[in-house]
Amino acid sequence: MTTTTAPVAPLQLPYSSLRRLMSDITGDAKHLPSATSTLDVLWVLYDRVLNVDPTNPDDPRRDRFYLSKGHGPASYYAVLAAKGFIPLPWLRTMGAFDSPLGYHPDHRLIPGVEVSTGSLGHGLPLAVGTALGLRAQGNPARVVVLLGDAELDEGSNHEAIAYAARAGLDRLTAVVIDNSSSTHGWPGGIARRFETEGWAATSIYGRDHERIEAALRALPGDGPNVVVAVVEPKESA
Amino acid sequence: MAISQTRTRATSMREQFVETATDLLDDDPRATIVLADISSASFVAAARHHPDRVLNVGIREQLMVSVAGGLALTSMRPIVHSYAPFAVSRAFEQLKLDLGYQDVDAVVVSIGASYDSTGAGATHFAPEDVALIDTLPDWQIHVPAHLHEVDPLLRDAVAGGGRHYIRLTERAVARQRLTVPARPRAVVVAVGPTLADVVDATRRLDVTVLPVTTVRPFPRQALRRAVFELSGDADVVLVEPYDAGTSAHEVAAALVDVRHRLLSLGVGRRELRRYGSAADHDAAHGLDRVSLRAAIGDFVASGDGWTAGGAPQ
Repeated sequence: MTTTTAPVAPLQLPYSSLRRLMSDITGDAKHLPSATSTLDVLWVLYDRVLNVDPTNPDDPRRDRFYLSKGHGPASYYAVLAAKGFIPLPWLRTMGAFDSPLGYHPDHRLIPGVEVSTGSLGHGLPLAVGTALGLRAQGNPARVVVLLGDAELDEGSNHEAIAYAARAGLDRLTAVVIDNSSSTHGWPGGIARRFETEGWAATSIYGRDHERIEAALRALPGDGPNVVVAVVEPKESA
Repeated sequence: MAISQTRTRATSMREQFVETATDLLDDDPRATIVLADISSASFVAAARHHPDRVLNVGIREQLMVSVAGGLALTSMRPIVHSYAPFAVSRAFEQLKLDLGYQDVDAVVVSIGASYDSTGAGATHFAPEDVALIDTLPDWQIHVPAHLHEVDPLLRDAVAGGGRHYIRLTERAVARQRLTVPARPRAVVVAVGPTLADVVDATRRLDVTVLPVTTVRPFPRQALRRAVFELSGDADVVLVEPYDAGTSAHEVAAALVDVRHRLLSLGVGRRELRRYGSAADHDAAHGLDRVSLRAAIGDFVASGDGWTAGGAPQ
C-alpha cells in the first residue's frame, strides 16, 4: 500500500487544526465525549513528550504509546494526522470497508499505532509485558498507556496494576482520563488505588497543557507512575 | 541457533518441560518464561540466572497471557505455562486479542490435559482446550504421547516462530509398535496419548492406526494416503483425548472428494461430577480399551449395509 509511505518531511499541523481534522473524521461538527476527553493529553504526548518519529515509526528505541481505551479514536487519528503519521485523506474514510481507520484502531493497518484495541482492559496488561521486554533487552524506551476511568472496571487492569509495581517497571506510565464515566465510580479516588499498589500518582486537570506536560515528563520513583487527568464529566461534554 | 541435544533425566512431561525451557533460557536470549504460580517452584534456579526472563505474575492468568503479548511486541519469545483450564479457557480473550489480534506469537505449554487430576474436579479439567484454540487462526497444536516427544517439540516451537499450543499430560504412554494389516478396512487416527489404548484395542482388527502428535495443522495428506490404502469403504475413526469430534471437520476437509464414514471418539460433553481415577474417566467417556474395541469393531463391521438402527453409539 503506497499510501503508508511517510513523506520525507512529514506534515506538522498545530493544535488549532485538530477540531477541523476531527470534523473530517466524524463528518460532524459535534464530537463524541469519549473522543474529546482524550484530545489534550494525546496532543501533549505527541507534541512534547513521546520520542516518536513518523519517518521512522518502527525504530526499536522509540517510546511506546498504547491507546488502551480504543473507543472514540477520532482525537487519536486527528493527532496522528497532524503529526504526519497518517495521510489527511484517510480521515474521511473511517469505518469504510477498505479504510485503515476503524472505530477502534488496528496497529497492523495504521502507521504509528502500537497496539490494536477496542475490548477494554487489554492495553495496560500488554504495556506491562512490553515494559518487561524492553527492560530485558536493556532498551530505555518509555511505555505510556492511556486508559479511561470506566475502563478500570475491567478486572484485568487490576492484575496489571498490582504486578507492575512489584516488578519495579520504572519506565511505565499509565494515564487515566477521568471523565466520571464509570457506572459505579471509584470511592476514595482512582489515584489511591494505584498508590496502594506502589505506583507514584499525580492528578491534574486534563485540559491544561503545561500541567499535562510536566506530569507526563516526570518519572518519579523506582516504580511505575500514573497520571490521572480529570476532565469534565461525560454527561456535560 | 544451536540446538543442544540434552540427555534428559525427566520422568514426566512436566519435568521435561522445565528442563528444556530452562535450557532454552541459556540458548536463546529472546526466550522468556511467563508463569502464574503453577510450576514456579521448578524455575527458581532459572529465575536466579535470568531474573528478567523468568516472570511469575502470581495467580493472574489473564495478565500472564497479556504479558506474553506485550513481550512479543518487543520481539521476545514468550513461553507461557499453566494448568490447561487456566491457560486456555480462563485467559481465552487474551489468547485471541493479545496474541492473535496483535499479530504476535508465543508458545503456550499446558499441563493437566482433560482430566489428569480427577480428584480436583471439573474446575481443573480442560477437555475443551484444543477446540477453543482451534477457533483461532494460525495456531499449531501439539499433543505429545510420550515423554521423549516433549524436548524436540518445545525446542522446535520456540526456534521456529509462530503460535504454538503444546498440551502436556501426566499420563504419557510408552512408544508403541504399529503393525499394518494386509487388507486394512479402516483408518484409526489416534491423537497423542490415546495411542497406547488404541493399539491395544485394535489388535487383530484389520485397521491402520495413524498416530498424530501435531493436530493443527492436521495431517490431511497422511490421512488421505492411509485412506487410499484401504480395501473397501473409506472408514475413518478419530480418537482424541479431549472433546469428541474436535478434529471431525479436519477429516471432512481432508476427504472432501472421498465418500467416507467417520466415527469420532473422545471426551463427552456431559458433566460427570465424578472423581476417582483417570482410568475411571476414560471408561465413562468410552475411551478405555474395552469400549474402544467395541466401538471401533462395531463401526468397521457396520460398514456393509449401514442402517440408521445399526449406527454405533
